[in-house]
Amino acid sequence: METINIRRFIIQAIIILLSSVILIQLFIMQVTDESYAAMAQNNVIRDETIYPSRGQVIDRNGHKVVNNEAVYDIIFIPRQVQELDTNKLCQLLAISKTDFINNLKKVRKSKGYNPLRPQTLFKQIPASVFSKFQEYLYQFPGFYTQVRAVRSYPFANAAHLLGYIGEVNQKQIDASEYYEMGDYIGISGIERTYEKILRGEKGLRKNIVDVHNREIGSYLDGEKDKEAVAGQDIQLTIDINLQSYVEELMKNKKGGVVAIEPSTGEILTLVSAPYYDPNRLTGKKLGIEMAKLKRDTLKPLFNRALMSGLYPPGSTFKPLMALIGLQEKAFGPNFGYGCGGGYRLSASQVIGCHGHASAYNVKEAIKHSCNAYFCRSLYLFLENDKYPGGRREGLTKWVEHLADFGLGVKLPVDLPNTSKGMVPTSAYYDTVTYKREIPKSENEPKWKSNWIISLGIGQGELGVTPLQLAHMTSIIANRGTYYYPHIVRPEKWDTSSIYTTPYKVSVEKKYFDVVVDGMEGVVTGGTARIARIDDIAVCGKTGTAENPHGEDHSLFIAFAPKDNPKIAIGVMVENAGFGSRFGAPIASLTIEKYLTGEISEKRQALETKILEANLIK
Amino acid sequence: MSTKKVDPDWLTIFIYLMLVAIGYLAIYAADYNELYPKAWDVARNYGKQFVWIGICMLVALIIQVFDTRFFTAFSYVIYGAVLLLLVATLFFGAEIAGSKSWIRLGFFNLQSSEFAKFSTCLALASFLSNKKTDLDNFKHQLIAAALILLPTLLILRQGDAGSAIVFVSLVLVLYREGLSGGFLLVGILAIVLFISSLLFEFPYIIGLLGFILLMTLVLRQGFQLRNMLFFLLPVVGIFVGSIYLEPLTFLIALGVAAILFLFITIVSKRYTVGLLTLTLFCSIYVKGVDYIFNNVLKEHHRNRIGVVLGTIEDKKGVGYNLNQSKIAIGSGGVWGKGFLQGTQNKGDFVPEQSTDFIFCTVGEEFGFVGSCILMGLFIILMLRIIALAERQKSDFSRIYGYGVASIIFFHFFINMGMTIGLVPVIGIPLPFISYGGSSLLAFTILLFILIKLDSERLLYLR
Ligand SMILES: [Zn+2]
Repeated sequence: METINIRRFIIQAIIILLSSVILIQLFIMQVTDESYAAMAQNNVIRDETIYPSRGQVIDRNGHKVVNNEAVYDIIFIPRQVQELDTNKLCQLLAISKTDFINNLKKVRKSKGYNPLRPQTLFKQIPASVFSKFQEYLYQFPGFYTQVRAVRSYPFANAAHLLGYIGEVNQKQIDASEYYEMGDYIGISGIERTYEKILRGEKGLRKNIVDVHNREIGSYLDGEKDKEAVAGQDIQLTIDINLQSYVEELMKNKKGGVVAIEPSTGEILTLVSAPYYDPNRLTGKKLGIEMAKLKRDTLKPLFNRALMSGLYPPGSTFKPLMALIGLQEKAFGPNFGYGCGGGYRLSASQVIGCHGHASAYNVKEAIKHSCNAYFCRSLYLFLENDKYPGGRREGLTKWVEHLADFGLGVKLPVDLPNTSKGMVPTSAYYDTVTYKREIPKSENEPKWKSNWIISLGIGQGELGVTPLQLAHMTSIIANRGTYYYPHIVRPEKWDTSSIYTTPYKVSVEKKYFDVVVDGMEGVVTGGTARIARIDDIAVCGKTGTAENPHGEDHSLFIAFAPKDNPKIAIGVMVENAGFGSRFGAPIASLTIEKYLTGEISEKRQALETKILEANLIK
Repeated sequence: MSTKKVDPDWLTIFIYLMLVAIGYLAIYAADYNELYPKAWDVARNYGKQFVWIGICMLVALIIQVFDTRFFTAFSYVIYGAVLLLLVATLFFGAEIAGSKSWIRLGFFNLQSSEFAKFSTCLALASFLSNKKTDLDNFKHQLIAAALILLPTLLILRQGDAGSAIVFVSLVLVLYREGLSGGFLLVGILAIVLFISSLLFEFPYIIGLLGFILLMTLVLRQGFQLRNMLFFLLPVVGIFVGSIYLEPLTFLIALGVAAILFLFITIVSKRYTVGLLTLTLFCSIYVKGVDYIFNNVLKEHHRNRIGVVLGTIEDKKGVGYNLNQSKIAIGSGGVWGKGFLQGTQNKGDFVPEQSTDFIFCTVGEEFGFVGSCILMGLFIILMLRIIALAERQKSDFSRIYGYGVASIIFFHFFINMGMTIGLVPVIGIPLPFISYGGSSLLAFTILLFILIKLDSERLLYLR
């Protein structure tokens, strides 16, 4: 019995002891510590966010490309609402009563709902509707408005590169110090890459509120307030009229077109087809339109100009093959090679070529796009005696040169989601299992140069994006110097920008002349005579990317004029056959339009044919 | 039988009514809006609570009409039924605020875990009052543990860790009924070490450990002044040292103290071995918890625990609540800001202020004086319940009474402690005060079964 009493005593002691701890803590907090009262005072200061206007966007010629349009959020403080005339409110805001009820429910259920704090009831009411509502706003106590801006696009073009803005998601809020629920953020295109410049900085106004949440005045006469900093405007390197014209040309086709000004690296146009009207992804319709675009089997959201890095460059690769072969002295500019209908791998295997005049030097080989010649070029390149590491080292050297010209590497363009394309390495070929075994020494690579010889003519395990095509062409046009391609003009004073620094490739300037001559020949008397423009010396190269799943892809690279080139272009049209069928006409029309501002009468038939062609069934 | 019936304990009923009334006023204040000054509005929390209070009064009355034998005879049935309800909640329950512990009944959401509290008390009372039950018997210890752990695990599975941890308090009942005090201490030790191993540096924990070890020895030795001094001096030393010294200095000081202590204990060899073994086990345990926390748990688990323990600052989440809660209570001052005058509650700075953080309203509007009155009521209630329990003739009633006291005490201590930052934020309601039908109803049933049992205390129940 005695132990039992002790146990009762211990339990009572625990209760009293722990209760005393609470009591002591309460005494400390409520009686001795004054700081809580001060903190409570501060709590009565309510922060109000001031939203800056987002920067606007103009094209290289000063045309306004991205505008802000004022829309209005309808905000209410639930506890301040009195005798609400729901019918009238819905009618004024042009909203159905079910929408009103649903929104109200959603607001009440949302995380952090607080009936004493402002809650957003409707978002993005257009100005036309709002102006009517504003007259009657006084009849709705507890309702307020907040002006916000949505983007609008005077030209319905360039959706892929402009991108769009949307509300931040929880992940972005958690990851940043800046964003809060309901803020807008650039999700793709330049809206995303230049988010920090475009958005500006939110401001803060500290208001003192009374117990009933009414504003009494500003805290410390606004001493602690922060002005909002408006977003900066930016200027694109894009020519919006050219962009619009190329989009017309690419109508009803799939593919990408990128044009660059070689002397600056400025991207003049960047088209991915199929495209969509950027105005679709603004305001309230964003969600629905987004879902529609995502469902579209033609994948209009996919930016083919930057992201489709799986198509081989085909014969557009040949000028580059020639350049690096010359640089490595695998052959000289006067190296000749008899074609005879193709490149013979063995008695039974031939990489075919079309009938053409003989390729007695590099220039002629490019002009006639001789397959045998460039297979042989690659062979000579890889098996060059100067490499102690043999063809393995040869291939590594080849990969390095390609990277120099932007192939197989991610170009540092100021747009998100850029593909690096595909360039195979010797390590890759070492891991592939071949049907034929080489019974040679261990050090010898498992592969032979002839097995990968189609790389010389731009086929096989190569992949390039239209941007890479254009960049490579721009380097050739500039005879070896280049700027990284970019879409927004860097500030002139910004010397740290990678876009204002010139770079040089490893191929010396002297080797470019024969290659450029060859490319001129392609247009004057070679495979792309269709690309000829009177009075303008166009240099180009056709290409056809083999497509085992259907019609081949049509490729074309070009620049013009030959001296002091103003534009370099890369075109890729999916399932369009030979490079000369669609690639060359589209490229040359773009060049003509850009350089002369119009299409000559003589070529209008060609223009009409391209505009009307429909490659999407 | 009627001759053995006595009046119900009016003091308990009076305190109950006082608490419920304070609860209603606090909820009214928390939810008050000058634009809707009506005292009764079913659309608002306080209106709903008013209805619930009515229902609870009715239920309290109905319980008094029952035959007492109903509770003894059907204790396991009730226990089983609530277990089924818990399982059903797992399958058909609705998820609210991250835990799946609610069953939608149209007019209100039933929180099944609340009802597991009195059902477990009944079952435990029934089992322990059985003449054949012997708490020194390992098998019986296991059965008692199972009775407590079954609902605990189900509630844990629902994702409501706060409600689950409440059942730990029933160890007090087992202790009262003869379970070795060692279990109580080991239990407390395990919990304290677990939390502290995540919160503090290793040496601090060893300091705490030393304190608990010595307390054990003091209790074993009995309360003789010589022993008290002998053990308490190093204890105080370690405690003070753990607060003021740098970890490394403290560790060295501790080492020196330990060697000294070892020399002293050689005089009384009896304790030396036990002491060293226990210290060793505790150290391994602490390191083990540390290891599991850092190497086995995933990042998001760690974050959640870290936020609960306050090692990770989370101004938007748990940390925010606690901070606002402390500001509200602390700014109440001695006399409070007055009924309906609390700026923090009015400004809705404190989240969940009608449920888990209801004490903020009391603390802010009625100050330290009001808090003392509320605490006084709770302390008197708990001590009174123990007194009631002790005066029962039947073991069943006594054990049940201790169950009631333990659960109310746990809720009271954790809830109050959490609002003032003494214990981690564990979301459990303040009995009789917090808004919520399930909670109020369950606590009313819990208490009024005891009042009914007490009113027939002269009757000997098997
Ligand atoms: Zn040929």
